[in-house]
Amino acid sequence: MSSLAVAPTRTEPEWILPSRGRVGMFSLIVAESAIFTIFVVAYIFYIGKSLSGPMPKDVLEIPIFNTICLLSSSLTIHLAVRALRSARVNAFGLWWFITMALGTIFLVGTGREWWHLIFDKGLTISTNLFGTTYYSLVGLHAFHVTVGLIGIVLAMIFTLLGKVEPVHSERIDVFSMYWHFVDAVWVVVFTVVYIIGR
Amino acid sequence: MASETIAITGAAGITRPISERLHDWIVTVDHKKLGILYIVYGLVFLVVGGIEATIMRIQLIVPHNHFVSPQVFNRMMTMHGTTMIFFVVMPILFGFGTYLIPLMIGARDMAFPRLNAFSFWMTAFGGLLLYFSFIGGNGLYGAGTAPDVGWWAYAPLTSRAFSVGHSTDFWTLALLVSGVGSIGTGVNFIATILCMRCPGMTLGKMPLLAWLNLVVGGMVLFCISPLTAAQVMLSIDRYLGGHFFDTQAGGSAVLWMHFFWIFGHPEVYILVVPAFAFVSEIVPVFSRKPIFGYPIMVAATIGIGFISFSVWAHHMFTVGMSAYGNSFFVFTTAAIAVPTGIKIFNWIGTMWGGKIQFKAPMLFCIGFLFQFLIAGLTGIMLGAAPFNWQLSGSYFVVAHFHYVIVGGIMFAVFAAFYYWFPKMSGRMYNETIAKWHFWLFFIGFHLTFDFMHIPGILGMPRRIYTYEPGRGWEIWNFIVTIGVLFQIAGVLAFVGNLLSSLFKGEPAGSDPWDAWTLEWSTTSPPPDYDFATMPAVKSRRPLWDLKHPEDPDWKYE
Amino acid sequence: MKYGEQTRRLASKVAGIGILIAGFLLAARLCFGGPADPSQIPSIFKPQSTPADSIFRLSMLVLTITGAIFAVVFSLLVYAISKYRRRGDDDGREPPQVYGSNQVELAWTVIPVLIVLVLFLITARVIHSIQDAPQPPGAIEVVAIGHQFWWEFRYPTLGVVTANELHVPVSNPSHPTPTFMTLSSADTDHSFWVPRLAGKTDLIPNRINHMWIEPHETGVYVGQCAQYCGVQHAKMLLRVYVDSPEQFDRWVQEEKRPAVLNGSAEQGRQVFETTACVNCHAISGTVADGRFGPDLTHLMSRDTIASGAAPNTPEQLKLWLRDPNAIKPGSLMPAMQLSEKDLDALTAYLETLR
Repeated sequence: MSSLAVAPTRTEPEWILPSRGRVGMFSLIVAESAIFTIFVVAYIFYIGKSLSGPMPKDVLEIPIFNTICLLSSSLTIHLAVRALRSARVNAFGLWWFITMALGTIFLVGTGREWWHLIFDKGLTISTNLFGTTYYSLVGLHAFHVTVGLIGIVLAMIFTLLGKVEPVHSERIDVFSMYWHFVDAVWVVVFTVVYIIGR
Repeated sequence: MASETIAITGAAGITRPISERLHDWIVTVDHKKLGILYIVYGLVFLVVGGIEATIMRIQLIVPHNHFVSPQVFNRMMTMHGTTMIFFVVMPILFGFGTYLIPLMIGARDMAFPRLNAFSFWMTAFGGLLLYFSFIGGNGLYGAGTAPDVGWWAYAPLTSRAFSVGHSTDFWTLALLVSGVGSIGTGVNFIATILCMRCPGMTLGKMPLLAWLNLVVGGMVLFCISPLTAAQVMLSIDRYLGGHFFDTQAGGSAVLWMHFFWIFGHPEVYILVVPAFAFVSEIVPVFSRKPIFGYPIMVAATIGIGFISFSVWAHHMFTVGMSAYGNSFFVFTTAAIAVPTGIKIFNWIGTMWGGKIQFKAPMLFCIGFLFQFLIAGLTGIMLGAAPFNWQLSGSYFVVAHFHYVIVGGIMFAVFAAFYYWFPKMSGRMYNETIAKWHFWLFFIGFHLTFDFMHIPGILGMPRRIYTYEPGRGWEIWNFIVTIGVLFQIAGVLAFVGNLLSSLFKGEPAGSDPWDAWTLEWSTTSPPPDYDFATMPAVKSRRPLWDLKHPEDPDWKYE
Repeated sequence: MKYGEQTRRLASKVAGIGILIAGFLLAARLCFGGPADPSQIPSIFKPQSTPADSIFRLSMLVLTITGAIFAVVFSLLVYAISKYRRRGDDDGREPPQVYGSNQVELAWTVIPVLIVLVLFLITARVIHSIQDAPQPPGAIEVVAIGHQFWWEFRYPTLGVVTANELHVPVSNPSHPTPTFMTLSSADTDHSFWVPRLAGKTDLIPNRINHMWIEPHETGVYVGQCAQYCGVQHAKMLLRVYVDSPEQFDRWVQEEKRPAVLNGSAEQGRQVFETTACVNCHAISGTVADGRFGPDLTHLMSRDTIASGAAPNTPEQLKLWLRDPNAIKPGSLMPAMQLSEKDLDALTAYLETLR
């Protein structure tokens, strides 16, 4: 049988399929959620099971400020994307910068919290089950924040160089899905570690 | 293998230097080349894993044998399982998927070609890292060792206390790396199938291979991540002093088991569903009928995908869960038999009333049907928890899962090889040698794996480097080992057939099987761009419509 | 090729292969014959204890159901490939293109669902009857701790500590004396499997598991560890001695006694107590109180040493003492580099531990 080409007829309805970027990012988020779920399950399973050492209520302080910063950054990144879509590139740059700042504040805050826990309270990853599960779960989240922040910084650099244009808004929007995911994970981690686990 | 002549009319016959061709293969993002790379990689490791199995079987041919030491045997046991699952079956199946999905849905490549290449190379590197352990497992100053903790790497055997040196870390890191590659492939499959279908090809008009690989893609996302998470936890335990699985600090060995099997069970469905896809494409063509019950096949596969995430603790019936816990998993395990059985009936229904041709692809599919039926039934036996309390950890289980993976999946893979080899290479294989392959492998398979059930029933546990005489196990182990010879002969015939046909086979033409899906509408091998113009389809069998304009499928679907 | 000719050739090929295989199996059978003692075959289909009996009955039901399913589906498959093969005189036309049938699909969904339901309900009952069985007042209690690569058995209410070879009384239905076991592990995961007495249950560190056996007939029942636990998993063997009530009582009385200090083996005792043996092994009535290795107080009451890896003879014992790796390569007992004289003395001392 020779090679056949079947030409589409013009009277067919329009053939619309979902965007690759969105589906791909969504799939990645699903996979990452599964990883986080396992760490959350381990955390919850080991609540109250440490044989010794500092317990959560002895050492954990609720990071209200950090949380407000991180969750606000979801709002600011959304505003940034909206700005870019309506071709307000300067507004985009401003909101994007604020997002970057808020994310950085969160990371710095986490770092300070860890410094305090390790050197003032004596809680490390090897101290007890609480230490192991706490640092792994919060650390995994912080790692994802870091990766997101690297992406945000790169986009910031491109913006400052004047390379970002409204035509890129779809790509930026797909990236922002990742950032929203990171924030949503923080809601879960925060609830499990600082509310349920204490 | 694609001929290196450029497939543009008027420029035929130009061959490029070998360094350029090699470079082409290394930097390629073309789904066809990557698919072939995956498949060849898997075939190479099939031979390696087969050698490991042969070493084990020689050691077990008589009791108290001294062919290898217990340390070497335990490494063979671990490496054989890890290799076959992660570096043979998964690459081969992903390779076929990568090659075929764009062609079958009328696309020019996968959704993310560079991610495709990245995924392959991550998998490839993972395999090499695992095998580097033979040299580097104990550090450069001592003799190296491969991991010897079994492919499930149960805690606390994997802790620093019980696994000294770095052999376990090679297991952990190699699978972590290749797991990233697998997740990339899962993302790619989903994005490609959802976003790149040609006009007219709604989800209800895709070939079943596309549907089943869509389900596999989804499963990969949920399934590989638990293993990745568990391996990160294990590494934290081993290197940062963590206590996830440290029973001395109050940690739980059973937690590792839960995490591992939440990965491990869906994983085996990830392995078998692509095999189902092959059978679903091949049986209709060689029965000359459409697949019986397409919508039900889709629904059953989706059902299997979901239910497979609820059965995992049937690997843990002996760890002391409560009666209610055990009963729950008996229920879900039995439940998954329903959609699986439905599929077997549908395949038989496809053959029913047809005109079956016993070419090599169909022979292997029939072998699959027969053997997968038996494998499923021994699975039901294992799903009855009290029966499982006797059978688990014994050679009965080993026989069961080899029945699925070799008797089911490998037979379907051989069928796929013979079916799509003409498309990929442009050459026909030798049908006579293929039949020799079938019968030799069939005999060897049954000699080994039928009789392997018996020592399990007689109380022989698995993962033992030797066994006691006088327990009635000797004769069965002997027969099991002899079967290996026939399997080796079969695989040699297979490899020989492929290689010689590559160079001397008859030109295949674009559609040697008179088939009905879009990949048969391009040349064999397809040009780099797959399709000159984007096809548009109106039914599940676009080529049937073209070949039978008086009686097209879209009138009936 | 004509249809009849094709069938004849295929049939003769199949028959030839069948004869070859049958001949080969016959030869193998003649070479290996049967095992010396059929009662030593730990077959799950020869149960001699209540939980193993329940499992056996369930397994027969499951085999019947799966056998029936196999017979039906296999016949359909064979029928399909023989009746619907393309004949030699085929006209080349495509057969009727059938896409499916809702009624047929319904039938072969509903029937499996019913089978699954029945199977589940029956299985759940057996699970509960075994796992939730109450412990009668006459039950013997044993604590089993898994080690790399031996079994520790303690009878807390009877005050007995032993290793590797478990003694239990046979159970009389009118006055049941089953043995209820508590299982855990000192290191990695293990699994207690004596097929003729019960299904296996795992021994997991930091976890307590329970199982029970209720043997009906006296005798020796063999088994071994069934969860990969390290290099010598294969030689972590089990022997369960089901004794008559009188035999069991006598065994308990002997096990409870501390070691009899026999003056003739004084030299060997010195070797034992001044070498590192006392770090790992216990002999009650002496200074030796180590827990890492098996209790040796009544070593000579056991038929095997090294958890079944060798028979308990003076020669094997001396070989084991000289170099454990010769019998069980990778065993955790180190070779103590003793002189021949010390080895002889030590063996003689251990031979007194009845």
